[in-house]
Amino acid sequence: MTADTEPDRLAAAALPPLDAAEAGKLRRARIDRIARWALPAVVMIATIAGWQWYVDAYQVPHYILPGPDRVVAALLQDWPTLWPALLVTLQITLGALVIATIGGVGLAVLFAQSKWVEMSFFPYAVILQVTPVIVIAPLIFIYVPSKIVGLLICAWIVAFFPILSNTTLGLNSADHNLRNLFQLYGASRWQTLWHLRLPSALPYFLGGLKIAGGLSLIGAIVAEFVAGTGGLGSGLAFKILEASYRLNIPRMFAAIVLISLTGIVIFASLSILSHLMLRRWHESAIKRDG
Amino acid sequence: MTLASSRRAGETAGTVVSLQNVSKTFSNATVALKDMSLSIRQGEFVSLLGPSGCGKSTALRIVAGLSSPSAGRLVWPGERPGQKDHDISFVFQEPTLMPWATVFANVHLPLKLKGESARVARDRVMEALEMVGLEGFAESYPRELSGGMKMRVSIARALVTKPKLLLMDEPFAALDEITRFRLNNDLLRLWEEFGWTVVFVTHSVFESVYLSNRIVIMAARPGRVVADLDVDAPYPRGEEFRTSHLYSDHCRRASDALQAAMAGEAPDA
Repeated sequence: MTADTEPDRLAAAALPPLDAAEAGKLRRARIDRIARWALPAVVMIATIAGWQWYVDAYQVPHYILPGPDRVVAALLQDWPTLWPALLVTLQITLGALVIATIGGVGLAVLFAQSKWVEMSFFPYAVILQVTPVIVIAPLIFIYVPSKIVGLLICAWIVAFFPILSNTTLGLNSADHNLRNLFQLYGASRWQTLWHLRLPSALPYFLGGLKIAGGLSLIGAIVAEFVAGTGGLGSGLAFKILEASYRLNIPRMFAAIVLISLTGIVIFASLSILSHLMLRRWHESAIKRDG
Repeated sequence: MTLASSRRAGETAGTVVSLQNVSKTFSNATVALKDMSLSIRQGEFVSLLGPSGCGKSTALRIVAGLSSPSAGRLVWPGERPGQKDHDISFVFQEPTLMPWATVFANVHLPLKLKGESARVARDRVMEALEMVGLEGFAESYPRELSGGMKMRVSIARALVTKPKLLLMDEPFAALDEITRFRLNNDLLRLWEEFGWTVVFVTHSVFESVYLSNRIVIMAARPGRVVADLDVDAPYPRGEEFRTSHLYSDHCRRASDALQAAMAGEAPDA
């Protein structure tokens, strides 16, 4: 036996050889698999290298644009300040995401029970969504004495709408024949909701959840910018504000990097959750040939 | 109330359900059914045959309780007056399975809605799956099955409650011919074995003759019954029946009746 190449393997399995088009498809699929990871990595490395080169070559002062080396140094050096701030931001973000999920799904189920309730209240959910949170936030911080509660409310306002809107759509998308079937077998309203409408809404809800994950982080950060008070229990947004007053640009970058990484981790976790819940049955999670 | 006292004049002892002068007008002023009377007798395999728009599916949905008659009434002899649960099953044109549930869970559904847990119902669900030859696929998901197998699951789900009346709305119309023939044979075998009553909606003359012992021919605009034919060929029927003279004679008779029913109409296709 010589080299274990693809044609040899196919010949050994006594399969007819692949034609040029199919062989090309196989090759492209393999290249695609590698490129999916390699290309963004190359772009990232090139960007960082270019940034470092520019800062060095033109001797840009670090209080205007620090190089990546200084950002990394600030990240390590300021870790004792940044880490507690990150934890606070994470707490607000995840807290807001949890109440957005409960609130969004709860309202959607309520709307699904009665067209009248939906007609009456859905427009107000839209109004809440289209009004920028940055203009509501100052009012919320006046009316709500606790800063944490205020932050949670702001982040919730931003995050709950995609969950509400998607789940409502999903609950109303249950197959009509299946609904008839449930009716025929005398299913109660509760049984229809639990065994038919909620499972039908699951893919829609998970799509909304993925959007809400990113939005609750944005909501938490924006609200803290508005709240603007420091002291114990301040999050990453306040660290950025504080660093900008002191022209500590490397720390600003370090905090931004942390926020971006947090967002990426949230998105990736929710994508994995979505995949795990849908992989057995939903079209979106199924790989097929052709 | 006893069985006999709830029976009404003009109904034989074996009537499962009868439509009496049933009309259905939809809110958009379409007259789907006009003055339809039909009695389904115990153990019959009745086909409702007709062109599209003749109200055959509407009639089936009214029997199923999914739609209400605008005029006339539906009588279930042998049931308490006002009884809601008629012990029927329905097979749709599409398999209508829950994609998120396994084959087992899909067949279990009617029993689950009546409060029977999977543990209690396991034997009956597996029995229904065996009837349609899918006992090895209990843990598969619908997407892993072919169109014909999905329809078998749908039939198993209809049979799991051991209904006294099985309603089928063009169940095999979307399948290829080879699969359709196989399912026709399996359905007939099960019907002979268990002796339930079937109302089968179809637009195929050949399918209706092959399966049923009675064909009700309907015409459109307004939807109504125009002929009621007996198909007195003996069961069991198999592939040799499909190619027999008796079969083609019956097909011609049904086809002629269908043509006559459509003769007065302006062609719409």
